[in-house]
Amino acid sequence: MKAAVVVFPGTNREHDIANAIALTSGAKPAMVWHGDSELPKVDLIVIPGGFSYGDYLRCGAMAAHSPVMREVKTRAEKGVPVLAVCNGFQVAAEMGIVPGTLMRNAHLQFVCGDVHLKVETSQSLFTNRYQQGQIIRVPVAHAEGNYFVDNDTLKRMEDRGQIALRYCGADGDLAAGNPNGSLRSIAGVFNETKSVLGMMPHPENAIEPRFGGTDGKALFESLVAAIA
Amino acid sequence: MNAPEKNPPVKLPNEPVITPQVVAEHGLAPDEYQRLLRIMGRDPTMVELGIFSAMWSEHCSYKSSKVWLKKLPTQAPWVICGPGENAGVIDIGDGQAAVFKMESHNHPSYIEPYQGAATGVGGILRDVFTMGARPIANVNALRFGDPSHPKTRHLVSGVVAGIGGYGNCMGIPTVAGETNFHRAYNENILVNAMTVGIAPADRIFYSAAAGLGNPIVYVGSKTGRDGIHGATMSSAEFSEDSESKRPTVQVGDPFVEKLLLEACLELMATDAIVAIQDMGAAGLTSSSFEMADKGELGVELHLDRVPMRETGMNPYELMLSESQERMLMVLKPGREEMARKVFEKWELDFAVIGTLTDTRRMVLRWHGDVVANIPIPPVVTQAPMYERPWTETRLPSTLAIADVPAPKDYGAALLKMIGCPDLASKAWIWRQYDHLIMGNTAIRPGGDSAVVRVAANKPKALAITSDCTPRYCAAHPETGGRQAVAEAWRNLTAVGARPLACTDNMNFGNPTKPEVMGQFGGCITGMAEACRALDFPIVSGNVSLYNETEGRPIMPTPVIGGVGLLADVEGCVDIALREAGLALVLVGETKGHLGQSIFLREVHGREAGAPPPVDLTVERRNGDFVRGQIGAGHVAACHDLSDGGLLIALTEMAMAGATGATIEAPGDIAPHAWLFGEDQGRYLLATARPDAVIAAAARAGVPARRIGTSGGGALTVEGLMAISLSELRRSHETWLPAYMAGEAA
Repeated sequence: MKAAVVVFPGTNREHDIANAIALTSGAKPAMVWHGDSELPKVDLIVIPGGFSYGDYLRCGAMAAHSPVMREVKTRAEKGVPVLAVCNGFQVAAEMGIVPGTLMRNAHLQFVCGDVHLKVETSQSLFTNRYQQGQIIRVPVAHAEGNYFVDNDTLKRMEDRGQIALRYCGADGDLAAGNPNGSLRSIAGVFNETKSVLGMMPHPENAIEPRFGGTDGKALFESLVAAIA
Repeated sequence: MNAPEKNPPVKLPNEPVITPQVVAEHGLAPDEYQRLLRIMGRDPTMVELGIFSAMWSEHCSYKSSKVWLKKLPTQAPWVICGPGENAGVIDIGDGQAAVFKMESHNHPSYIEPYQGAATGVGGILRDVFTMGARPIANVNALRFGDPSHPKTRHLVSGVVAGIGGYGNCMGIPTVAGETNFHRAYNENILVNAMTVGIAPADRIFYSAAAGLGNPIVYVGSKTGRDGIHGATMSSAEFSEDSESKRPTVQVGDPFVEKLLLEACLELMATDAIVAIQDMGAAGLTSSSFEMADKGELGVELHLDRVPMRETGMNPYELMLSESQERMLMVLKPGREEMARKVFEKWELDFAVIGTLTDTRRMVLRWHGDVVANIPIPPVVTQAPMYERPWTETRLPSTLAIADVPAPKDYGAALLKMIGCPDLASKAWIWRQYDHLIMGNTAIRPGGDSAVVRVAANKPKALAITSDCTPRYCAAHPETGGRQAVAEAWRNLTAVGARPLACTDNMNFGNPTKPEVMGQFGGCITGMAEACRALDFPIVSGNVSLYNETEGRPIMPTPVIGGVGLLADVEGCVDIALREAGLALVLVGETKGHLGQSIFLREVHGREAGAPPPVDLTVERRNGDFVRGQIGAGHVAACHDLSDGGLLIALTEMAMAGATGATIEAPGDIAPHAWLFGEDQGRYLLATARPDAVIAAAARAGVPARRIGTSGGGALTVEGLMAISLSELRRSHETWLPAYMAGEAA
C-alpha cells in the first residue's frame, strides 16, 4: 500500500500516523509538503492531525485552500481513498469532501483522553477488520470536534450508512461517552461512496499495547487488506 | 579618566534626561548606577541605561542567589552540560542526550494568566530546542491561592488553558505535573514549566559566539512592543497597581514557534550554525550579550535591520522587547543564503543584523549612527552580586502522636482528605493537555512519574516528575529542600527508573528580607545534601524572587524536576492495582510522623510541627532496593508514600486500577499515625511474590512488611473502616470540576 501524508505548517501528528501506517503496511508513506502542487501516485492519501496554519481563521479553513489540496480533491473525486483524522477531518469538511462541520467542543475546552467508539459498519475500506457494532477504545485530542450537520443531510447519511463511528460508553451505550457534544454522538463519517473517512479520534495513537492499547490498529489493517 | 571613546553614541531625538527617578524606574539602586558610571566613564544614553537595567535585573544576573547556587552539585560522569547554558544536558546512552530545564513565569501569569502561562511554555520549549533537541515532553508545577480567594478560579482557568493552548499546538505531550492550593499564593501564583528534549549527544548547540566577522542572524517572529522590561518587572514585588503592568506581559504564538522549531532543527542538521541563543528574558539584549561574552568577542548590530512588527519603534524598545518566538544565531560565513531559504520555507523572518568583532564591545547602530557602545566584560564580571543577610528558620519541635487526636470516623477523614484541593484528582487539568501525541506516553499523568519512550519502536524511555512540598519548606527550609529532591528521586524510582539528574525552579519572596534569604539558603543546603547523597546532580535551573505582595511572601517553593532512565519501557510499573490477590508490602520504616501532614491540616485544621525528617542514607538504600525489585519483575504496582501517607497512597492505587484492598493496622503504633503519617523513604508495593520481596528486603537491611491484600470493590482497614471505591472516587473526582464550574470552594 503506497500512502502519502500531507503536511501543512502547524501539522503535528504526521509522524504518529506515518508510524502507524509503516507498522501495519510495512512501507513508509511519502510526506508531502503543502506547497507542492505535485502529489505522487498513491493508493491512500492521509490528512493528519495538528493545528494547520495555527487554526487561524477557522480550524482547517486555510489548509483546505493550500496548493496541494486542489490535487487531493481531484483524486478524492476520482475515488482515491482519503483518511482524514482530527485536524484532517476539519480540513476535509472545509473542502466539502465529507459532509458536516466541526464546531467548538460543547464544554469549550480542549479534551484529551481515551474514548469508546462503536464501529457502525464493517463494510468499508477503513473498517473491514472490525465487527459491525464492535466497541473500541482510542484517544481523542481536540478543541473543535463537535460534529454538526443539517437534518436532511443527516437523515440521508444515516440511510446510506455514512456514519462510520459513534462515541459511546464502555458498554456501548450511545447516551454516554460523548466528549464534545457531537450530534448523535458522531465521531467519524464517510463520503457517499465511502472512499473518504473523516474522524476526530486518533487510531494512530492506539496501535501498541503499552501505549494506549491496540484498538486502532485494525483500521490500518483494514486499509492494507482492502488496498494492498 | 579613560582615553576619549571611539564611536561615542549620539542622543536620539526626544531622549529624556536621566534623572535619579529614571534610574529608579529602571530598577537600579543608586550604588548600582554608580557602578554603571564607573564602567562607562560617562553618562549612559537611554538605550544603554535600559541594557544595564535588564542585564543587572535579578532575573538575568542572579545577583542575590548566585552565592548560594554555587553550593549545588552539578557534576556526574553522565552530565554533558550543567547550568549556564539554555538547558542542562545528560548522556542517556546510545549516542543520545536528554536536554531539560524548568523555568518560572510567575509574575506574568498572575497579571495575564493565559498569555503568561502560554509564553512560559513557549520560553522553556525554546530553551530546549535551541540546544538542538527535539522536545518530547512537557511538565508543569502550579501553585494557586486559596480556592475561596476571588481570583483563584479565574487564574486556574487561564493558566491551564494557556499551558494547553501552547503545548497542544506545538505537538509536545504534557505528561506530568503537580498543582497545590494555599493562601500563601493568593496574590503570587507559581507557574513553573519544564521541557525535556532528545538530541544526538555529539550535536549539542551552544551559545558561545565564535569567528571574527561571522554574521549575526535574527530569525523567527518580528519584534513588537510587548514585554518591554519584563525582566525588570519580574524582579520586583507586586503592589496594588500591578494590574497596570499588563503591557509588560508577552503574547505568544505557538504556531510560529512550531515553525521555528522545525526550521531550527532543519538548519541544525546542516553545518551552518556556529552558535545559537533564544531571545527570552531581556530579549535581544541578553541574547547578544551572552553570546558575545561567552565567546570573548564583540558585536556590532544594526538595529534598523531587525524585523519590526510596527512602525516607529526605537532602539530602546528593540533592545528590551520580549516578543516571543525569536532566535539569534551566529552562522558560518557564506551560509546566509542557504539558511535564509530554510526560514523562508517555514515562512519566518530572517535578517542578518550584525557581525562579530574583536572589540569586546557592544556597538549598536541605528541607521548608521552609534546609539550604544558598551564594554561587554565588565557588565558581566562587575555585575552586582550580593551576599544578602539571612536568618535561619529554626526547626520547630516535633509534634508527638499523642498531641494529634485520632479521627472519630476514619472513613470520613479519608474521604475529606482524598477530596481536598491538594489531593483531589487533577484530571480536569490534564485532560486539557494533549498527553498522548507522539504515541510514546507509557505512563500517563496521575501517577508518580510519567514515562515517555524516547523514540517510536525503540525500548528506551525516560521517567519524568516534578516535586516540592512547600509546607515542609516553610516549616524548615533545609528539611524541605532535602525532601523535594528526595521525593523527585523516589518518584522516578517508583516506576523503576534510574534517576539521573534534575533541574530546579527556586520560587521565593523578597531576597532583601533576611528571613526570606534564610529560606533560600536553607533550601539550597538541603537540596545540595540530597543531590550528593543520591547522585542526582542539578544540571539546569531558574530562580524567581520577589514573589510577594504587600509584604507577604509565598511559601519557599524549590520545585525539583527529575529525569530518570529506563533501558526498556516494558520494565516500568505504575500505581494501578489491577488484580485481586496481590500482596501489599510496605517498604520503609513508619514512625507515624504527623507534623505538617495533610491529615493534620485537613482533619484538624492545623499547620504545625516539624516536617518529617529525611534520612538520605535510608532514602537511597530503600530506593535502590525497590528499583531492584521492579527490575527483577517482582512488582505489579508501586507508589511512593508522600502527601497523606499510607492510606492515601493505597487509595490512589486502588482507584487507578479499580481494585480494592484490605489491610490490617499493626498493634504497635496508633492507627491514625500509621495510616496518615508522612514518614519519608517509603513505598507501597503490590506483588505476587511477597516472600521473595520480603526475603530480599531482609538481606538488604530494608524494613518491609506485608500489610494486606488486593481485591474487592472497597478499601478496608480491619476494624476501622470500609469504603467503596465508588464513594472514594466520587470524593476524589468531584472537587475540581465542581469548583471550576462555579460551586463554592
